[in-house]
Amino acid sequence: MNENRNVKIRVRNLSKVFGSNPKKGLELRDQGLKRAEIHEKTGQTLGLSNIDFDVYEGELLVIMGLSGSGKSTLIRCLNRLIEPTEGEIVIDDENIPELDDKALLECRRRHFSMVFQNFALFPHRTVIQNAEFGLEIRGVEKGERTDIARKALKQVGLESWENAYPNQLSGGMQQRVGLARALANDSTVLLMDEAFSALDPLIRGDMQQELQELQSRMQKTTVFITHDLDEALNIADRIILLKDGEIVQIGTPEEILTQPADEYVRRFVEGVDMSKILTAEHAMRKVRAIARDTDGPRTTLRKMHENNIDSIYVTRRDRTLVGLAEVDALEQAANEGRDTIADCMTQEFRSVRLDEPMHNLFAMFSEKSYPIAVVDADNRLLGVVVKGAVLDQLAQAAESSTVNEDNLTAAAGDQ
Amino acid sequence: MAIDIPRIPLGNWIEGSLEWLTSEYSMVTRGISRVTQTGIDGLNDALMWLPPWGLLLIIVGLCWWLANARLAIGAAAGMALIWNMDLWDPMIETLTLVVIATLVAVVIALPVGIAAALSERLYRVIMPVLDFMQTMPAFVYLIPAIPFFGIGSVSAIFATVIFSMPPAIRFTTLGIRQVPGELIEAADAYGATRGQKLIKVQLPLSLPTVMAGINQTIMLALSMVVIAAMIGADGLGSEVWRAIQRLRPGDGFEAGIAVVILAMLLDRLTQSLRKQRKS
Repeated sequence: MNENRNVKIRVRNLSKVFGSNPKKGLELRDQGLKRAEIHEKTGQTLGLSNIDFDVYEGELLVIMGLSGSGKSTLIRCLNRLIEPTEGEIVIDDENIPELDDKALLECRRRHFSMVFQNFALFPHRTVIQNAEFGLEIRGVEKGERTDIARKALKQVGLESWENAYPNQLSGGMQQRVGLARALANDSTVLLMDEAFSALDPLIRGDMQQELQELQSRMQKTTVFITHDLDEALNIADRIILLKDGEIVQIGTPEEILTQPADEYVRRFVEGVDMSKILTAEHAMRKVRAIARDTDGPRTTLRKMHENNIDSIYVTRRDRTLVGLAEVDALEQAANEGRDTIADCMTQEFRSVRLDEPMHNLFAMFSEKSYPIAVVDADNRLLGVVVKGAVLDQLAQAAESSTVNEDNLTAAAGDQ
Repeated sequence: MAIDIPRIPLGNWIEGSLEWLTSEYSMVTRGISRVTQTGIDGLNDALMWLPPWGLLLIIVGLCWWLANARLAIGAAAGMALIWNMDLWDPMIETLTLVVIATLVAVVIALPVGIAAALSERLYRVIMPVLDFMQTMPAFVYLIPAIPFFGIGSVSAIFATVIFSMPPAIRFTTLGIRQVPGELIEAADAYGATRGQKLIKVQLPLSLPTVMAGINQTIMLALSMVVIAAMIGADGLGSEVWRAIQRLRPGDGFEAGIAVVILAMLLDRLTQSLRKQRKS
């Protein structure tokens, strides 16, 4: 899918050496020395070495690696918050390392918005003043930038908080403000530096989902950094795996999972929480009985009795899902002598697509234990998922991955 | 056996250079003197023009508005006591000197403090100078002030500015340096210039600390203008000075209490200003 896409940022031969004599560090690297040896000999730290990759227009590219792998350095080299030692970073025909101070400011304003791990919101500014910061820096008129910032806050669901201060918000909300600040800026590239790592797992999942929705709506080129492979697999179009300042593998989540480039990636990948890859499809089963919307209460009750169930999905002739009927309501309708089940239906059920991750299904069972409906894009009923099936699948996955968790620990210990 | 090391004539050098400065820049010092004297007289006249109860009401109102009713009541009682002790006019003179000295000190200290925060080299030059300024006994500044500006209020202001300026510089520098690096990084990432970073991020975030420094400067200025009575500054200090010369402890304590009241008032007022900015 990548062949025909426009390249937004082209990175070639990018290296970064931290220390007083970076040239020396690069020389030793070219002689084939490894990071640790260079550090031992010269005190120079090889942060990044010969990084080549492209960022395609509109994609969500995840750069993933453990701490110390150089991912934070890499994302900061893109907008030169850290000066690269050598290499090319080309965005719209401009080579960023060669820009003078003025051109660099201009380039940052036009191309890059950044979201930070610890939010980095300005505590003395209200939510909306934070959101309009980038525009203010660019000299956009007050009225105009307030309008734009307000729209951005609406996109992240914080429109009613515009006059609050950051310290009045929860972590998740603060990061939404961080996201709004980036969106309002309407730059061509969104840089997200461990943006969700400081959030607790539930909020984190929500934010990942929202980011994906925003991304599919706005097609914004995004470079996302994380140390969490689950997160990477969950949101990425493509993943770059980084280790010791070098790229180990570039590929789609499927490629990374199914064709690990080397032992390091393989061990990394084996630790993945399988519930995130198992989807509704795995746990779905055929519906035993369906009621038609034209059926009467007695017919429906008989179908349910035969199949020993106490709730039933109601569809049209073409299997479009219209509702769910419960035994109590149907019995009442039958006693009153009504001849349609239209009044007996409830909409209090959950429906998902085939590719819904399994771990999301689990949360949906919390309130009522109706089976979850699995539907296609046209809302046609494909099957149902019952609670037991999800548990079965998770248990199987857990059995096969307990061994692998040990492997991951071993892999991390190698660092 | 004593080794005969010639005495380094440090004092002579200093005197020489001061004399040179005085004669060479007499135009400048006279100019400064005239401007400062006009400022002092103007503010003094304005404050004196108000009847005591008028100024009292204004100050009480200010306390009420900026702080709370308790400070307002305290201010009313304190000011009334000063009025009652017949120390109203000296109190106004002291207040004038404090206000002018603080203004001058802050106007110099803010840019210096900002510059020292942004430039590591300047920081390393300025910090020892500040140590010097703060540890030098305050009286010493009074001596060169006289040849520069003559006996009187202008000399008092000169010595007071030098003595009270260091905390304002220090706190300004500290406040700006304390701004978290990630906020600076965020401003950089969005393409802020140095000036934009300073005005939109560093200064607003350092404001509470800067205000704490200004509060310190005011307190030091008050203590210094009292001492400056020795070189002919008017005000509560000269009341104390006169009480010493005439050996009248009662008068001395009365003037001293007036200083304490003024100090507490200025301190609480500037602190409440700071808290207001914070919230």
